[in-house]
Amino acid sequence: MSTEGTLTEANSSGLDTIAPPIKTRRGRSRHSRTTWREALKKDWRLYTFLALPVLFLAIFRYVPMAGNIIAFRRFQPGGSLFGEYWVGFYYFEQFWNDPTFWRVFTNTLILGALSLVVVFPLPIILALLLNEVRTRTFKRAVQTITYLPHFMSIVIVAGIVLQLTSLDGTINQIISAVGGEPVSFMQDPSWFRTIYVSSEVWQTVGWGTILYLAALTTIDDQLYEAARIDGANRWQQTWHITLPGIRPTMIVLLILNIGSFLAVGFEKILLLYNPLLYPTADVISTYLFRVGINSGSYSYSTAIGLFEAIIGLTLVMSANAISRRVVGSSLW
Amino acid sequence: MVTTDPTESVPDLGAVRNSMRTIKDTTGYRVFRYVNTAFLLLICVITLYPFVNLVAKAFSSEGYIAAGEVNLFPRGFNTTTFSAVMSDDMFWLNYRNTVVYTVVATLIAMALTTTFAYALSKKDLKGRSVFVGITVFTMFFSGGLIPNYLLISSLGMKNSIWAIVIPNAISVFNLLIMKSFFENFPAELEEAAAIDGLSTYGVFGRIVLPLSKAVLATMVLFYAVSFWNSWFQAFLYMDRSELYPVTMYLRNLLAAATSVEDMGSDSVQIASNVQAVTMVLTVLPIVCFYPFIQRFFVSGVMLGSVKG
Repeated sequence: MSTEGTLTEANSSGLDTIAPPIKTRRGRSRHSRTTWREALKKDWRLYTFLALPVLFLAIFRYVPMAGNIIAFRRFQPGGSLFGEYWVGFYYFEQFWNDPTFWRVFTNTLILGALSLVVVFPLPIILALLLNEVRTRTFKRAVQTITYLPHFMSIVIVAGIVLQLTSLDGTINQIISAVGGEPVSFMQDPSWFRTIYVSSEVWQTVGWGTILYLAALTTIDDQLYEAARIDGANRWQQTWHITLPGIRPTMIVLLILNIGSFLAVGFEKILLLYNPLLYPTADVISTYLFRVGINSGSYSYSTAIGLFEAIIGLTLVMSANAISRRVVGSSLW
Repeated sequence: MVTTDPTESVPDLGAVRNSMRTIKDTTGYRVFRYVNTAFLLLICVITLYPFVNLVAKAFSSEGYIAAGEVNLFPRGFNTTTFSAVMSDDMFWLNYRNTVVYTVVATLIAMALTTTFAYALSKKDLKGRSVFVGITVFTMFFSGGLIPNYLLISSLGMKNSIWAIVIPNAISVFNLLIMKSFFENFPAELEEAAAIDGLSTYGVFGRIVLPLSKAVLATMVLFYAVSFWNSWFQAFLYMDRSELYPVTMYLRNLLAAATSVEDMGSDSVQIASNVQAVTMVLTVLPIVCFYPFIQRFFVSGVMLGSVKG
């Protein structure tokens, strides 16, 4: 057994040391020399694999991207996808002076910030707690159960939230049991943020632990042994070894989260809210959905959407740049 | 030659580590472990409770739900609502639609994603980085709701299956997972097959795909679950209820209930029971398959995290 293991180990490592230089040399020379003509002649079958997907991306991703141009142009229903004539920043000025826009903008920032602050750290904590569990079956069971909500349709989650928060739902049962007055949660704007963030926690925290748990398994056990010999207690080991060990994962996920900061759970809010909740629940995306799809102000809502998309892109790029400069790891 | 045998050392190391821990456990840490176990149990209870509550409501009679007396167990057990919902033709029609949409969409998505990922995994392919670039860019910047809506409308795809199965056919996330898998595929196998006279198509179809069953299964599940759960495409592009997937059927029930609640009527409770039944029926396939498919999902995510 053991000799076999050593042999294959030695073999593969031997191959590894020889193989890379060949690969890189070949790769580089081909890169600099081949022309498109030669590449097409040699790899045309591979390019046929690319044809449909690239066509798909062009039509269903890049045409809509170009379609954003109607934010600057007058759009006629039934007319060109890219509008009729230029109107400059007319629609941007319009939403800039629209008090509703600023209300939904503020709501989006608050909901986004709350989700980020509350939802982001929880999977890390849960993963650390799971990591301390020694009974494998118990750990597996907890994982299986907490992953489950991730697989539910957003419609089911919304239905569950509506059921739990209704006047006869569990939350009001508890409130009545401790002698409080029942609250009609879904008609009171002051509760919406709590309900939204709690449902996000319920749905995403379990599944969010996966990447952290994967990162935790890659931490070298020798580090813990060395720390123990140096007299570090469990807490110090967690703080000085475990957390730095999963830091790259944390940073990548944080960047991704910051990038989707403004895209707060659009579908979930659309399913949960009603006009009574607009003061806190209405966000940029739901507002532009109502203005665009329901009222048909296409250019106006495209301008809002473009504004949101550009902020999102800026956020993710700056988060990436900052983390590259400060922490030394980044997405690209 | 100094390497240790992996098959022997792995379980041993765990045992050694555990025994070392047990010896050195302080009282404080032992207390922590009990608290930790209790806390994790509490989290499981909180996670599962809504489902239990849902099932309880589905089998309860309306009177008890209205009185707020249903939590863990059904009160006034009956299955009349189940038979009522299950005898609704629209429900089954929508359920069938969900199945059809999921199957067709998954097939299209798999065909596009697999071929695309395979081509992009070839490091020698000229222009590869450009193609990867334009693909990844769509993750961070996209056309937005209205331009997409106008495009689908002007293509005449509204009120057809294509509005659901085509626009989300390539998930960049899934694509990157597959690409990194194909990148690690042993090149010797492909070269040997090519020397034996197989073309790129032959290598892909007869060598690469049969050896990638695990990752293909994972991708099928990723796509299938996301299409099964989706509702917004249908909400946006479909006006006729006979075309709706079952998620839209449920969504309309919820929407009807909330608008009734606004008016302060007490027919909400009836809806509450019907809602619970519909939700249980919609969730059932996923919950049944879940224990078997969960590990594929986990391995899929791991695969993606190796090389982002």
